[in-house]
Amino acid sequence: MQRAAALVRRGCGPRTPGSWGRNQSSAAAEASAVLKVRPERSRRERILTPESMNPQVKAVEYAVRGPIVLKAGEIELELQRVSAPACALFPQVMALCTYPNLLDSPSFPEDAKKRARRILQACGGNSLGSYSASQGVNCIREDVAAYITRRDGGVPADPDNIYLTTGASDGISTILKILVSGGGKSRTGVMIPIPQYPLYSAVISELDAIQVNYYLDEENCWALNVNELRRAVQEAKDHCDPKVLCIINPGNPTGQVQSRKCIEDVIHFAWEEKLFLLADEVYQDNVYSPDCRFHSFKKVLYEMGPEYSSNVELASFHSTSKGYMGECGYRGGYMEVINLHPEIKGQLVKLLSVRLCPPVSGQAAMDIVVNPPVPGEESFEQFSREKESVLGNLAKKAKLTEDLFNQVPGIHCNPLQGAMYAFPRIFLPAKAVEAAQAHQMAPDMFYCMKLLEETGICVVPGSGFGQREGTHHFRMTILPPVEKLKTVLQKVKDFHINFLDKYA
Amino acid sequence: MASSTVDQSQVAGNGLREKVLTLNSMNPRVRKVEYAVRGPIVQRALELEQELRQGVKKPFTEVIRANIGDAQAMGQRPITFLRQVLALCVNPDLLNSPNFPDDAKRRAERILQACGGHSLGAYSISSGIQLIREDVAQYIERRDGGIPADPNNVFLSTGASDAIVTVLKLLVAGEGHTRTGVLIPIPQYPLYSATLAELGAVQVDYYLEEERAWALDVAELHRALCQARDHCRPRALCVINPGNPTGQVQTRECIEAVIRFAFQERLFLLADEVYQDNVYAAGSQFHSFKKVLMEMGPPYAMQQELASFHSTSKGYMGECGFRGGYVEVVNMDPAVQQQMLKLMSVRLCPPVPGQALLDLVVSPPAPTDPSFMQFQAERQAVLAELAAKARLTEQVFSEAPGISCNPVQGAMYSFPRVQLPPRAVQRAQELGLAPDMFFCLCLLEETGICVVPGSGFGQREGTYHFRMTILPPLEKLRLLLEKLTRFHAKFTLEYS
Repeated sequence: MQRAAALVRRGCGPRTPGSWGRNQSSAAAEASAVLKVRPERSRRERILTPESMNPQVKAVEYAVRGPIVLKAGEIELELQRVSAPACALFPQVMALCTYPNLLDSPSFPEDAKKRARRILQACGGNSLGSYSASQGVNCIREDVAAYITRRDGGVPADPDNIYLTTGASDGISTILKILVSGGGKSRTGVMIPIPQYPLYSAVISELDAIQVNYYLDEENCWALNVNELRRAVQEAKDHCDPKVLCIINPGNPTGQVQSRKCIEDVIHFAWEEKLFLLADEVYQDNVYSPDCRFHSFKKVLYEMGPEYSSNVELASFHSTSKGYMGECGYRGGYMEVINLHPEIKGQLVKLLSVRLCPPVSGQAAMDIVVNPPVPGEESFEQFSREKESVLGNLAKKAKLTEDLFNQVPGIHCNPLQGAMYAFPRIFLPAKAVEAAQAHQMAPDMFYCMKLLEETGICVVPGSGFGQREGTHHFRMTILPPVEKLKTVLQKVKDFHINFLDKYA
Repeated sequence: MASSTVDQSQVAGNGLREKVLTLNSMNPRVRKVEYAVRGPIVQRALELEQELRQGVKKPFTEVIRANIGDAQAMGQRPITFLRQVLALCVNPDLLNSPNFPDDAKRRAERILQACGGHSLGAYSISSGIQLIREDVAQYIERRDGGIPADPNNVFLSTGASDAIVTVLKLLVAGEGHTRTGVLIPIPQYPLYSATLAELGAVQVDYYLEEERAWALDVAELHRALCQARDHCRPRALCVINPGNPTGQVQTRECIEAVIRFAFQERLFLLADEVYQDNVYAAGSQFHSFKKVLMEMGPPYAMQQELASFHSTSKGYMGECGFRGGYVEVVNMDPAVQQQMLKLMSVRLCPPVPGQALLDLVVSPPAPTDPSFMQFQAERQAVLAELAAKARLTEQVFSEAPGISCNPVQGAMYSFPRVQLPPRAVQRAQELGLAPDMFFCLCLLEETGICVVPGSGFGQREGTYHFRMTILPPLEKLRLLLEKLTRFHAKFTLEYS
């Protein structure tokens, strides 16, 4: 525990896979390597040191891959892949695009070949190896626009408003970058949900923007309350210029799916307060609760009539990393921008052009996601089965996780309406909180470290995502296969009961 | 839900209110960013392509995009082995197919085993798949004649650009007179100026010597540094070797001199070496900064901070679209290295297909492997053709009156200097254009050839250049070069 505490304080973590106990911190490894090689006793001070480096970078925290999770992440990721049955069309189209000789092979269905040809024809030199336009391959942007239009019941999407990105994170980061300006009290304020996905706080930190927290309502299934938005923005106006409102729907880590009414209220609020809306909708295909439905911000905005739909500036984000395909490694994503000033769109393309283009294989991945087989196509039946299976499985696991956690005294878990996580609240005895303080750790970090040490289970403490003062949580994914998940949940339950006992 | 009355003062003429995000309210640093390689001239090229498609009559039948170092877009074929292994990785069912050589299958299996859940679709750790980092380290060791490379100092990235930006980000601190200054070559690859603008760092120009084949002169580094100390804190020195756009390959002596200079003046060295496999001129040889640094021994070897960059986009592979790359850091403060990892972790990981491709680039088929012959043949063919195109370009431009071109020792570009008559310069000024931009725009409208004006890369005052790639197929390139030189002659006459 001392070792773990030291690592947490130093912000270090193991870089190589292996069991927790076996690893040294990479910093220590580095230092000892240098010592072995270097005969001189003293060296001059480096140019680039923690003191001289970019202070904004230093301030960045990213709990999802923080000290405990570097290890956790590896396990999570492995489980993520093992549990998701392959959607056959995806590797087929991808292989055809990668090695077009395969277009002559009889082992690939015609609809996969058709898709591959469409993508390749739109690439320079008919190859995934060429840079694409910085905004993304044209026909893929068209396909994304068509997808959005279908998804939104005919509400039109313009390909010109679609930007393909290196995962959704890239698009979110880029838009925030463009938005941040001003100094002192007029520095841009960015409203983010608490709990949040820590990309937001990290980017805000890096950009030296002002983070403005609005709290989701845990008592109410993590609902978004406009009064809370109002409270947050009013307080913020004191010390910054709030310009941006970020929504994650379905939520991460909280998994709530916003009601349509809520989305309308948020849009109205953004309109009133002149806020640029960012709608992170990467979990739009991960909705499990039968009482919930995904409503895209774009659609709702449009249906609210021209005063809103012509004025509210909106950027919506999606990704290939979630849904039922879960192709994280390809780094595919897009953003749809609404009502952006034409000059800003020009600036956006200019900014994107410096990095040339998003990975073309990721763009192809996005195309496969937005262009699934339709009835009549060869791959349709198998695809539908696979999709049903993945989503059905996730829904089952969501319910299982919620129910099991709620059976544990001292744990309360809101319904997992969507996304891929449970974010249960843990009620920690006072003695545990004291012990944590003695180790100079947040109480839920302390809890999670103990859990890790005693069970090998890695979850991310709620303090990494933000939570109301005095409350504690952890985020766990629901991705392991059902049987494995049951085992994990049981172990967490047993651990928790012991923990309560120990610190009674 | 009650709607408030619209604030009339905010309503623009068209009934729409003023936007939250405008040129005036946006990030001012982003506004300053320029990236000529995909700048206004390319936008015009796109418009012309559109017009051609619509059947508008032009003095040319196609637009030639000689503006960007994208080999495959200009017809270069991907290396078969690379794509075979990658296809096996993206679709492991193909491991059962008789149509793939055994060594490709073994390589794919090896990569997949190193991936989470045995799939390219899983996120990797943020520094890149460990096995691939190890392979990169071994590549570096082989390349550098046995000088050790530590995999923990290798970070995979989304193209080299990503890593360059990350390192620069770490370096930027201070304000006003203590704001970080970064020395960059002029002419430069405009990622550097764009990134420095975005980060609000101070760009410090050092001029390459056009008269001496774009050589890097330490006296000039000195001059730049001393002047810079007036208004910023210079902390980093960027070198592009082989050069972009200039194509020069630095001599070993030069590299040693640069390292000594950086050490003396306490500058963090960034060595952009993405063209390390693109060296054509007889007598030119690539020397990695890492190797030279280590061979210089103490005090340099153990103390000079260095970051070296490589990519899958150039070389003989030309796999730009996959965005594969890496940085090797040497003598970096361990705590800063952790910070760098933290920064990378916010974006989760570089694209895994790009990582896989990089793995193949750094550990190509061995002579005993079934795929070796074909691989070698393809590789040699690409490099030989590039060398031939480099020579042809140099030759044609050198023979053209009013155009002079330094030897294209390496990389993928020519950067000839063009004489522009004073009346043309004047006309350009009237139009509010840099003279070489004016020239390039006229060239584009007249011939469909798209090249990037030297002003996009930087050049000495009063000189004009353009950057053209050597990537079109040889015969096509010959025609382009002839067209271009004819156009220049005509242009000169027209504005005499």
